[in-house]
Amino acid sequence: MIDALGSPSSLLLVGGTSDIAVATARRYLQERPLRVVVAARDTPRRAAVAQELTAAGAVVEVVHFDAEDAGSPERMVAAAAAGGDIDVAVVAFGQLGDQDSLASDPAAAGALGQVNFVAPVVVGTVLANRMRNQGHGAIVALSSVAGERARRSNYVYGSTKAGVDAFYSGLADSLVGTGVSVLVVRPGFVRSKMTEGLPEAPLSTTPEAVAEAIVAGVRKGRHTVWVPGAMRFVMSGLRHTPRAVFRRLPF
Amino acid sequence: MSDTTLLNGWGRTAPTPAVLTPVHDDAEVRAVLAVASATGRGVVARGLARSYGDAAQNAGGHVLDMTAADAVLAFDPGTGLVDVEAGISLDELMNRFVPQGFFVPVTPGTRLVTVGGAIGADIHGKNHHVAGSFAQHVRWLDLLTADGEVHRVGPDQDPDLFWATAGGMGLTGVILRAQVQLKPIESSRCLVDTDRTPDLDSLMTLLAETDHLYEYSVAWIDTLAKGKRMGRSVVTRGRFAALDELPPKRRADPLEYHGSIKISVPDVFPPGLLNLATVAAFNELWYRKAPTRKRDQLQSIPTFFHPLDAVGGWNRIYGPRGFVQYQVTVPFGQEEAMREVLDRLSSFGTASFLAVLKRFGPGNPGMLSYPSPGWTLALDIPVMKGLAGLLDSLDEVVVAAEGRTYLAKDSRVRPETFATMYPRLDDFRAVRRRVDPDGVFTSDLARRLSL
Repeated sequence: MIDALGSPSSLLLVGGTSDIAVATARRYLQERPLRVVVAARDTPRRAAVAQELTAAGAVVEVVHFDAEDAGSPERMVAAAAAGGDIDVAVVAFGQLGDQDSLASDPAAAGALGQVNFVAPVVVGTVLANRMRNQGHGAIVALSSVAGERARRSNYVYGSTKAGVDAFYSGLADSLVGTGVSVLVVRPGFVRSKMTEGLPEAPLSTTPEAVAEAIVAGVRKGRHTVWVPGAMRFVMSGLRHTPRAVFRRLPF
Repeated sequence: MSDTTLLNGWGRTAPTPAVLTPVHDDAEVRAVLAVASATGRGVVARGLARSYGDAAQNAGGHVLDMTAADAVLAFDPGTGLVDVEAGISLDELMNRFVPQGFFVPVTPGTRLVTVGGAIGADIHGKNHHVAGSFAQHVRWLDLLTADGEVHRVGPDQDPDLFWATAGGMGLTGVILRAQVQLKPIESSRCLVDTDRTPDLDSLMTLLAETDHLYEYSVAWIDTLAKGKRMGRSVVTRGRFAALDELPPKRRADPLEYHGSIKISVPDVFPPGLLNLATVAAFNELWYRKAPTRKRDQLQSIPTFFHPLDAVGGWNRIYGPRGFVQYQVTVPFGQEEAMREVLDRLSSFGTASFLAVLKRFGPGNPGMLSYPSPGWTLALDIPVMKGLAGLLDSLDEVVVAAEGRTYLAKDSRVRPETFATMYPRLDDFRAVRRRVDPDGVFTSDLARRLSL
């Protein structure tokens, strides 16, 4: 149960090896020990994350999750819930993709759509069913400012995040009164393993800052958070920028 | 699934949905129990919902509204023993029996609790130091357990189940009926002594030296007073007046009693209305207007015992974010820990109205019963940034002093901290396994703390 002051006792990390997922778990663990379920493919990184979170005070369970396997979300959530109610689930998996090849390779574009959009929709639906039944819980979905207005330099990625954002925002409204809440997180450029080697965009942020915003957002029962907060106003401006100008912006 | 209702406790935090069913008799309880057993989300009984946290809610499961079964089944004016259905409130017991010369054995700061809730939380009142807690005045109770059977248990009939149920927060079964020993009174008026103390030392000294002279005793502390004035308080102590102590004009109707809600708070308070400035002004005024020393003042039952009951829905003044009540006790000899807790609270600057301080007498065999010999402190705190960390750190002070927190008030203690505070938790779990092996009786509280 998430207690009166917003502290959960269990956490499910879907895409448990993502830097933001790990940072979120570490941020919660700064306050209290809790049960953390790491859902990810079987990689050395998953084992390392499990070890790191155990050392930080978590009771860690590891379950298999593969975003490219259609049956994986149902099995993953069932396995995660076997150990008790899921208080907070962070849907953090996703790929950035290489825009140059995505622009011309239909198979690659479709695959990114599967991992970044189709799989999160399936996971969100399975989680909502489970949490509606348990009568409580919070789902945290990692969207991106890239989804607010797709730009020429990464529109495939941006469009998958636009879909994720729309899905989880609608899901949030459909869950009002069920005891379940949804937080949509819209970070700007996050310096993480996903963006390694890329040039930094303005207002870039860190996994730790995103984690801080997630914990505060869940605590306050917020529906949407931008990281950094100023992104909200920047994006508001960009949304209304004329297309001819937007197209020519240098990012 | 049937229609659900969002339920919360008195602190209005962490609401969750459940199917809420009013139950009038044993058969209706059994019917819900059968349905709940099949869903896997269980069931818990709910009375007047004065627990501050999540004790009487059950996310995704069933909740029994017990207040529909509120009859008086038998009363013996010779002994003061009354048999009641568990949904009857202490308010109703007072309405009926004060005019006949009987008072409830124990009352908390509100009359608006049910007998079932009073047993489930093993409530205490201003007379704990002489009378103990509510369960000590219960001769027997009828408990409907997970097998659908009704068991009559008491201090001498399956005492393990009785003392797991007393303070057991509804997790052993449904309390259907109970026999309660009422307390004879000659009048409905209390003779009250008031003392104002300038700081915590003088308060603790006054209570330690003279509490035994009074049947009822409580101190209200200004939690915002800092430094030398920390712990400044108003102590009110008293007892029921005998017939010949009443002024002549009251002797004609010595047991006259009116308990009613005078005004109600509308649900329109914005968050943050209670801030340091408004609350500090209130606390200052309240301290200044109290007499330094006053003796033998006649007060009515509502004035002396339940001042907040005059204002219906006063919990709404904390706004939509709600509030928590922090109530802890530390043993005698651990006064420094109590000072530390108060000191940290007042320097953190929680916009808290008055805190209540009281001395407990001996505890009872209740496995999760809260009162134990020592000092108990309770205060309401609006939900605010940093509160979770502050209260966790106060818990560490309390645990180091071998103190504990009160489940009926709790909405946020850490499960492992709770287990340290209640060494008999494993005995409680063993009784629960015996009478409810599948864990049909459960609540948000039970899940949160892995009870």
